[in-house]
Amino acid sequence: MTETIVTFDKVTKKYYRTPALKNVSIQISRGKIVGLIGPNGSGKTTMLKLMSGLILPTSGKVSVNNRAVDRRISSEVAYLSEMDIFYSFFTVEDMIKYYHAMYQDFDLEKSREILAFMELESQKRVKELSKGNRGRLKIVLTLARNVPLLLMDEPLSGLDPIVRESIIKGLLSYVDIGKQTLIMTTHEVSEIEPLLDSVIGVKGGEIRGVAEVEDIRSECNKSLVDWMKETL
Amino acid sequence: MMEKFNSSQPIYQQIVEKVCRMIVRNDIQGGEKLPSVRDMAIKLGVNPNTVQRAYQELERQFVIETRRGQGSFVIDDDTKKETLRNELKTQYVSLFIKDMQEMGFTPEEIVRGVKEYLEPSVVTKGGK
Repeated sequence: MTETIVTFDKVTKKYYRTPALKNVSIQISRGKIVGLIGPNGSGKTTMLKLMSGLILPTSGKVSVNNRAVDRRISSEVAYLSEMDIFYSFFTVEDMIKYYHAMYQDFDLEKSREILAFMELESQKRVKELSKGNRGRLKIVLTLARNVPLLLMDEPLSGLDPIVRESIIKGLLSYVDIGKQTLIMTTHEVSEIEPLLDSVIGVKGGEIRGVAEVEDIRSECNKSLVDWMKETL
Repeated sequence: MMEKFNSSQPIYQQIVEKVCRMIVRNDIQGGEKLPSVRDMAIKLGVNPNTVQRAYQELERQFVIETRRGQGSFVIDDDTKKETLRNELKTQYVSLFIKDMQEMGFTPEEIVRGVKEYLEPSVVTKGGK
């Protein structure tokens, strides 16, 4: 059952001359919630963008769902960017319709359900939403897609505890674990720990460690934060 | 609110203990249905795979049983509940004793300390 959803094969990514990832090889199994953790500038976002086809490797190969990644992998990958990507004059409803038009796999019914769960008003304009509600809207748009791979770049960063909790519960309620794989970067490590199956520690463009979260606790008697301090 | 877990013990074990305590305290009755894996995961704010593992462990210990297509149920068996109660007692007593012995208390001091704590008035009267 440990089929692979993502493979990095000796992947190097340079931005001009600066290497962001150095010869990374890793396989990520399907049907899990995986945390990508590491300090700022360690290469986490670069890894996510490589999986989503937003950028291409300088050398090496990335494949997702048994396909080499190019721009068209977006039909199998939902990517939640750390930045706001909305047209501010759109209403929440417009955004839903826009996504529905953009992606064949966008599940309109599911989006309404998650929208209600997040208590978002569909007639509000994006520019009128608080930062927390923009964060929630991004989650709605990402989770409503029926794709095998969900990528989230810092879905919790800068949001208050109540918004963070609603997002965590939203992920647990609407990610179809078993069928879908969720890979997320985060700095809120202790908060997200109970959510994760496994973690990948990244630093300086290299992978410093991969572990199952429950193993870190049972075998090393350590929390994820302690593991991070030792590994990174 | 979401559940807080201590950081050094596997989360699935903490869920196993939590369910056992609820049974011993009669918060859940024998024969009662447990929430589905997904509902429990949402309630506790943990990964569904972790809840699944906890349920499997509870099943292995014959605390719950899974009926196909119906969900997981607490075993309706008073003897089992009594065993569970005793196991929890032994577990927590041994933890306490180990801590006390580490600090150098003798068995007599420990017993006296526990008695005094539970019935302060009786002991002070007796002491006078």
